[in-house]
Amino acid sequence: MLDYLKILFSGNILWYALIVGCLLSMTAALLGVTLVLKKYAMIGDGLSHVSFAALSVAVATGQSPMAFSLPVVALTAFLLLRLSEGSKIKGDAAVAVVSAAALAIGAIAARGSNIDIESYMFGSIVAVNLSDVILTALLATAVIAIYVLFYNRIFAITFDETYVKAGGGHTWLYNAIMALLTALAVVVGLRLVGALLISALIIFPALTAMRLFKSFRKVVIAAAVIGVVSFLTALFVSVLLDAPTGACVVLFDLVIFGMASLIHWRKTA
Amino acid sequence: MALLTCQNISLAYERHTVLSELSFQVHAGNYLCIIGENGSGKSSLIKAILGLIPTVNGTISLGEELSKHEIAYLPQQNAAQKDFPASVYEVVLSGRLSSKRFFSFYSRKDKQEAEANMERLGVLSLKDKSFRELSGGQQQRVLLARAFSTDMKLLIVDEPTVGLDAYATAELYRMIAEINASGVAVIMVTHDVEAAKKYATHILYLQNKPLFFGSKKDYFSGNHGESEENRDNA
Ligand SMILES: Nc1ncnc2c1ncn2[C@@H]1O[C@H](COP(=O)(O)OP(=O)(O)OP(=O)(O)O)[C@@H](O)[C@H]1O
Ligand SMILES: [Mg+2]
Repeated sequence: MLDYLKILFSGNILWYALIVGCLLSMTAALLGVTLVLKKYAMIGDGLSHVSFAALSVAVATGQSPMAFSLPVVALTAFLLLRLSEGSKIKGDAAVAVVSAAALAIGAIAARGSNIDIESYMFGSIVAVNLSDVILTALLATAVIAIYVLFYNRIFAITFDETYVKAGGGHTWLYNAIMALLTALAVVVGLRLVGALLISALIIFPALTAMRLFKSFRKVVIAAAVIGVVSFLTALFVSVLLDAPTGACVVLFDLVIFGMASLIHWRKTA
Repeated sequence: MALLTCQNISLAYERHTVLSELSFQVHAGNYLCIIGENGSGKSSLIKAILGLIPTVNGTISLGEELSKHEIAYLPQQNAAQKDFPASVYEVVLSGRLSSKRFFSFYSRKDKQEAEANMERLGVLSLKDKSFRELSGGQQQRVLLARAFSTDMKLLIVDEPTVGLDAYATAELYRMIAEINASGVAVIMVTHDVEAAKKYATHILYLQNKPLFFGSKKDYFSGNHGESEENRDNA
């Protein structure tokens, strides 16, 4: 078994996958804490569908997929996050509507083209190249820097947006930045880990951390750690068993979440 | 110069008007009590002043010496989510944020200020407790501590005594009066006419349209409501 791992790690591919996966897991987990708390848990899922639609349309009309889908996804994310401010439609309902509409558009646009649905669903982490590594590293740096420098503001806005707004805070700016970062994470992540996994990377670490800790600071830190650790573990398991990485991460996340729930339940019972 | 000037404002949800043609001013050091029955538009007025809902007509302007981040606010309904992981300390400290320009680090002074206010409101012992696990009255005290932690020139509280026991209510009135005496203007929405009588310098009596605005003395010296009605009937 060790020999097998040695061979795998002799090339660059698994190293790339490892680096990209860790950075992406941490980024998604950090964004996930605020998204889940703002009742936007499903936004990753919705945006990955929008990304699919944009991808299909870009391929059908002969445009560059990345250059076309990023602005589309970012704009959708921004509009969705803005909805929370006093609109009649609830965030998660809006996400569901957008999600279904995007899937329908994508399916029609993708007709006859050779988009690989399987790699869209599960990603292809072994196809990671150096430019993906650089892009993910930039994204992760941006997210971490923002969380460190503006941590207290992020807490205040997530906890009580109205109060911050009443004090003259620029909540729309925060929402725009969150939307852009979420969009980036989804578009980058989709290519690497697939539509199925990207949403799990956002939701699970946050949910697990919330079972275990009661202060915002601890939840944020725990989510980042849980995200990275569960990705790493699942990556090794998937390589050893030759199973899809995305599916392994989701299953592993589920196990950790189950354990955390059990601890939570025993503490409160 | 007035701290706050409302000129001829009207408020509406969709097409349903809840308040019309209201004008009043708040000056430094004033203690304005807003009274009126349920649904008369008191909270809506507060939200409009804070820019949370738009006005249909008229203007609301802040005086030069008051900027938005110097307004501390206690909402009537606690907007915070039920299942939010936040410690009491984190919540109170966040009251110090509005005066920060760009980055959001807390200084030692911020922390001292937050602790002093937790002490004042009797929640210092709950410091590391989870906000979501507090009783309603305890949560109200924590949100008051958050508001009091702001570097404020205007304090706006919407029915601050809801959920507080008798002792805490009396204490709170005393604290607000103390803050007022230190030069901070206060706007308090209340159903407690006795408190208004005792503490206010000005009274605003609403019923979807302003029935009375003026000094406390004029209000309690008598026939405000009637004279308004008579004018309408005439
Ligand atoms: N978000 C809203 N959408 C639609 N109508 C609203 C909304 N909020 C309040 N209203 C309506 O506006 C009117 C005034 O409400 P408001 O909350 O300002 O009353 P209030 O004077 O604060 O009452 P209370 O003493 O019960 O707190 C009410 O008739 C209410 O039905
Ligand atoms: Mg009210």
